[in-house]
Amino acid sequence: MILLTVGTQLPFDRFVRLVDAVAPTLAMPVLAQIGAGRFRPVNMQWRDFIGPVEFEALVRDCAFIVSHAGIGTVVMARRHAKPLVLFPRLGMLDEHRNDHQVATLRALEGRRGIYTARDGDELAAILRGPLEAPDDNRANPERDRLRDAVGGFMSEQRARWLGARARQRLK
Amino acid sequence: MLLKSAFAPFNAVYATTNQELAVRDAIAHVHVLPDSHRDVPLRALSSFWHCTRLVLHLRPQMVVTTGALPGLFCLIAAKLVGARTVWIDSIAASDKPSLSGKCARPFADLRLTQWSHLAGVDGFRYEGALL
Repeated sequence: MILLTVGTQLPFDRFVRLVDAVAPTLAMPVLAQIGAGRFRPVNMQWRDFIGPVEFEALVRDCAFIVSHAGIGTVVMARRHAKPLVLFPRLGMLDEHRNDHQVATLRALEGRRGIYTARDGDELAAILRGPLEAPDDNRANPERDRLRDAVGGFMSEQRARWLGARARQRLK
Repeated sequence: MLLKSAFAPFNAVYATTNQELAVRDAIAHVHVLPDSHRDVPLRALSSFWHCTRLVLHLRPQMVVTTGALPGLFCLIAAKLVGARTVWIDSIAASDKPSLSGKCARPFADLRLTQWSHLAGVDGFRYEGALL
């Protein structure tokens, strides 16, 4: 199954419509999470919202994800090593407050397992083509570096407090 | 939650805007805060109140948050009662630091961006990313 998601905050009918139009030509059925959108898909099974527990199970079981350029989905796809197709909301079309999803696309472009589309034709071509999975998330040096930086800062602060308390006791 | 193991040596308390995320990540005790963003001022005000109340109740020595608005409220309140604070800017802020990240600046002892090209902008440091 292919999993489509628009996230939980805003509808994204333009995107759902585009995928719905291509859905009959795809190798697998699509399950669409369409939020508070008005458009009702005709070629895909759809739900408005899916809770995080069930959603994670769907991510685990799907072949790949096609999504708005939301970071939550990017993190989930990486966690389960699933190919991810991203399509950005545009500020110009009132699909979001601004164009940060386009910036997200630019920033993630070229990463293994992440595919970016900016219009319906690009989207259709990617959805039909073979997709490569990202690297396994268990090895993620950048995440480990962030974790060590935050952990290091906290240990340093704690050491400072303990030192200050010890000095106070000595006085 | 990708940083969870960093908190293991400490007495960490988690707060989220979505209870079900705690279920998914197997966190037994979690404080649930109402979600808010700047487009809904009244809800933001209520969120501010809940965040402040939680911080005054817990009196944390440290706060680590990735935002957004409820995280900012918690960070400011915690700083004002003497906590050390860490702001990890959302990985969604890839072209410039987020607005809430900029607001957090005077209250955050450590400010991190998750994009290496933003290191140095508005006092943010790059020390890795969740992706």
